[in-house]
Amino acid sequence: MEALGFLAQGFAIAFTPINLLWALVGVTIGTAVGVLPGLGPALTIALLLPITTKVEATASMILFAGIYYGGMYGGSTTSILINTPGESASIITALEGNKMAKRGRAGAALSTAAIGSFIAGTIGTLGIVFLAQPVVDLALKFGPAEYFSLIVLCFITISAVLGNSAVRGLTALFFGIFLGMIGTDQQSGQARFTFGLIELLDGVNVVIVAVGLFAIGETLWLIAKPKVEDEVLSIKDSIWMTKEDWARSWKPWLRGACLGFPIGALPAGGAEIPTFLSYWMEKRLSKKPEEFGHGAIEGVAGPEAANNASAAGVLVPMLSLGLPTSATAAIMLSALQSYGINPGPQLLSTNPQLVWGLIASLLIGNFMLVVLNLPLVGLWVKILKIPQPLLYGGILVFSTIGTYGISRSWVDLALLLAIGIIGYLMRKFDFPAAPVIIGMILGPIAENSFRQAMTISQGSPMIFLEKPISLALLVLAAVAVLTPLILRYRRWRATGQRA
Amino acid sequence: MDTRSRTPETAMALGVIALAGLVAFGTTQIPEVAYVQVGPRIFGWIAAAGLGVMGALLLFTAVKGIWQREDPGEALDWPALATIGAGLLINIAFIETVGFILTSTILFAATARAFGSRKWLRDLVIGFALTACAYVFFDKVLEYRIGSGLVEDLLTRLLAPLFPPG
Repeated sequence: MEALGFLAQGFAIAFTPINLLWALVGVTIGTAVGVLPGLGPALTIALLLPITTKVEATASMILFAGIYYGGMYGGSTTSILINTPGESASIITALEGNKMAKRGRAGAALSTAAIGSFIAGTIGTLGIVFLAQPVVDLALKFGPAEYFSLIVLCFITISAVLGNSAVRGLTALFFGIFLGMIGTDQQSGQARFTFGLIELLDGVNVVIVAVGLFAIGETLWLIAKPKVEDEVLSIKDSIWMTKEDWARSWKPWLRGACLGFPIGALPAGGAEIPTFLSYWMEKRLSKKPEEFGHGAIEGVAGPEAANNASAAGVLVPMLSLGLPTSATAAIMLSALQSYGINPGPQLLSTNPQLVWGLIASLLIGNFMLVVLNLPLVGLWVKILKIPQPLLYGGILVFSTIGTYGISRSWVDLALLLAIGIIGYLMRKFDFPAAPVIIGMILGPIAENSFRQAMTISQGSPMIFLEKPISLALLVLAAVAVLTPLILRYRRWRATGQRA
Repeated sequence: MDTRSRTPETAMALGVIALAGLVAFGTTQIPEVAYVQVGPRIFGWIAAAGLGVMGALLLFTAVKGIWQREDPGEALDWPALATIGAGLLINIAFIETVGFILTSTILFAATARAFGSRKWLRDLVIGFALTACAYVFFDKVLEYRIGSGLVEDLLTRLLAPLFPPG
């Protein structure tokens, strides 16, 4: 119950007028960028990183976390009204929600998504309150060897296990680790991979990589392919759910939250697995399974709740271990680093006001989001009607501001274009972008722990196998990467021979 | 059995292998430090080896034709790509001399045109209004500097009573 005391202190910080304002600004921007196809919370936070020079740490983390939560709400509106899920976790919402909208039940779909997100987000955020300290207590027993092995496990699960292809995920991860190494090595002071360019001595800025991959790469991809106009469905029914809708929604909300939070809180992360599990589970438990695939409300309520609870879960390893398991979390972590705050198990004791203020403001922000998204949903639908040429023109202007302002050098813009072209190719050939960002932020931390552990062991790599926790984590990582590969190879041998 | 060309995938796999080679070469260029257990090179070798192995596996899937992807369409809209490419290159080449507002106005209009807009005058006007407002907001209000230039200097002089240079 000690946690509740800390939470009360957190509320005292979050309820100051200025922090309430930051939370409101965050959830509003977050909803807007979540609604707009092509913009996401990761890109938006990257573009707003410059404010960290002006705004103090707690306030900017409240803003960024508001954008993170708001993006989830906004994303479901878009999946329901136009069938283009911005992120893989919204695929299910698009599946059932868009069908509901086509049947004239858009209001009910939006409503069950928003209320489900609120309930699951609140449960998930309360989950952080109670889970953060125990995880920290466990992590404080970790030495550099255990910490390195934990990062290896995290690397493997986010790049090789989640997503379509382990090989492409790992390629993206190693590319990110390479990008993270460019610049002056923190420990030896040697320049690495600068290829004689003084501009690269300070390293590649994460803003350039995130904006290049998410904004420029995406824009080039959209431009290169034949243009299609998305149809925005209108809301014909009331946004207030009927009695039957409530009866069919509340259990899926709770079940979704219970699936989403623990899976999101694992150092593996990923919202896809809990949303798919929730969909499968609701289909099994539904009294009307025949409605699934034609717009079943349970198929929106459950996965949406799972999605939001897992988004809250992702903050557990981020705040208590310094392990980001999504691109957005990685960029938030780099924001912390720019304040000179070292994310990791010590964060909770060195910056309690930041962590607890952030958690409390997430609970407040979640409440703001229901109000913003239900009665005001018509306003957000209007944002969807911004013509694509002007929307993407604007995205490129803001990308220029975020990049050029770093050092007012054309070299950064040239680098942005180069990363953008790589991002385009990655999109075209189905490489995931998140492992690049995570590898870039977490790579240097992994390298640091690796070198510390090797110094302790006087150069023997056996230290990673001799420590039992470290060994267990590495075995888990090996199992995680090898099992799908072996299964795929067997399937390929079984089917490939015929082809 | 699909008869689609395997060339793009093969080229992409070779690109990853080339990147592995670049990382390996870059690693050999890092001066090794004598007095520490683990120097600054090890992670370079890890990244190079990882990219090399993944590149080889990608080459295998490309040659076998089992590289699955969502967007196999090869028909590219080259005129649109050339338009936005020109906008981006103008931005890079002239932003330091002409300034953010004018070059990014051109970038805005070029992007809009690449997305199918044919109202170039409207796009230029909206682009100019957007970049000018963004400049005042970021450079003057937030003091997040985005450089000087023709219009920028004029705005700075006009707004000097409100935002004294300091």
